[in-house]
Amino acid sequence: MTIELQFWPILVQWPLLLSGAAVTVALTGVATLFGMLIGVLCAWSRVNGPLLLRWLFGAYVELIRNTPFIVQLFFVFFGLPAAGVKLSPLSASILAMVVNLGAYSAEIIRAGIEATPRGQFEAAKSLALGPLQTFVYVVLPPALKKVWPALVSQITIVMLGSAVCGQISTEELNYATNLIQGRNFRAFEAYIVGTLIYLALAVALRRLLNWVGMRFVFGR
Amino acid sequence: MIEFSLWDIVSNLAQAARWTVLLSLIAFTGGGIVGLLLLVLRLSGQRWLERAIAAYVQVFQGTPLLMQLFLLYFGIALLGVDTSAWVAASIALTLHASAYLTEIWRGCVESIPRGQWEASRSLALSFGQQLTHVILPQALKIAVPPTVGFLVQVIKGTALASVIGFVELTKAGGMISNVTYEPLLVYGCVALIYFALCFPISLYAGILERKFNVVHR
Repeated sequence: MTIELQFWPILVQWPLLLSGAAVTVALTGVATLFGMLIGVLCAWSRVNGPLLLRWLFGAYVELIRNTPFIVQLFFVFFGLPAAGVKLSPLSASILAMVVNLGAYSAEIIRAGIEATPRGQFEAAKSLALGPLQTFVYVVLPPALKKVWPALVSQITIVMLGSAVCGQISTEELNYATNLIQGRNFRAFEAYIVGTLIYLALAVALRRLLNWVGMRFVFGR
Repeated sequence: MIEFSLWDIVSNLAQAARWTVLLSLIAFTGGGIVGLLLLVLRLSGQRWLERAIAAYVQVFQGTPLLMQLFLLYFGIALLGVDTSAWVAASIALTLHASAYLTEIWRGCVESIPRGQWEASRSLALSFGQQLTHVILPQALKIAVPPTVGFLVQVIKGTALASVIGFVELTKAGGMISNVTYEPLLVYGCVALIYFALCFPISLYAGILERKFNVVHR
């Protein structure tokens, strides 16, 4: 028996694939921006904040890190409307991704912050820097530099995880792939093409973030 | 219309969670065996083997697990074999886990000083003997915490098998919430069951990590 693979019927649908990939990239971009922001805030309060806040953020981080992303997504998209919060597929995806990356990056950045030598704090204090100044100028930059590789791989994981968002009909790359195979029944070929695009995106994202790290995080 | 009490929901979910646990164990054990095989091949010193396995790892770490599941599911069907979601999910998760585990373990082996390889070589140990008597026993010690940590990833990964129709915890959650119209409660319970499965393992991995790290401090 011979298996006939035809990729042409998939490739002629390139506008769908392209817009899917664009949505995946956009989702990742937004999630990275806000996720990192949450990560820094959480990390700061887990080191410096009041006990209640520390405990609360600790629970948030552990809860997210120990449940699958798809369940978080379904909880947001199917569960929250029952509590009166109705979200579009796109905003539910963004919310779930931000919350997810926030927890992981909080844990990663905290590890970097905790590795700050005591002398740095003392030196900052002797220069009369306030707690916030100390954090922004003294603690955070080297901490980010230290954990940048871990952050890069976490952001890549979140990008790849966003494939699940197609399940709630967010029109990203996996959704586009599924749509194409539904039109021409060439499922295997469609998923090969889709998977290769993800691979290319992952490699490109890793390169981009490493470059950003070199240029803006390690640079000074 | 059947009425679902909270107890019904939880007990149904708990029954479905058995499949999550079973699939995790299959993927973790299978991934461990394949991963170990790949590790040995990678250490054997053949350039092309090293490259091929590095590419294998790159592909599995650079593509979504969901796409890997779909590819396996439709790919096996293309070969003319009647696939169940069971088979496809087990194979996909096994391959996925093997790629990650082999990469984790390679890091552990590489952290063993080169002198250990050279010393055992100078004692005329064969490659197999070097591995079993000198390198792997030392690497094993470093490998335990990240390997236990990876088990959590595997458990969470099995949730994706629901998408190709494998009835485990997440899929059961979807079905029950469709019947009860209480998605918030049901998905909340699903999340808590995953948490109950994963959190102790995470804690244990953390404890192991601290225990093994004491030497380095």
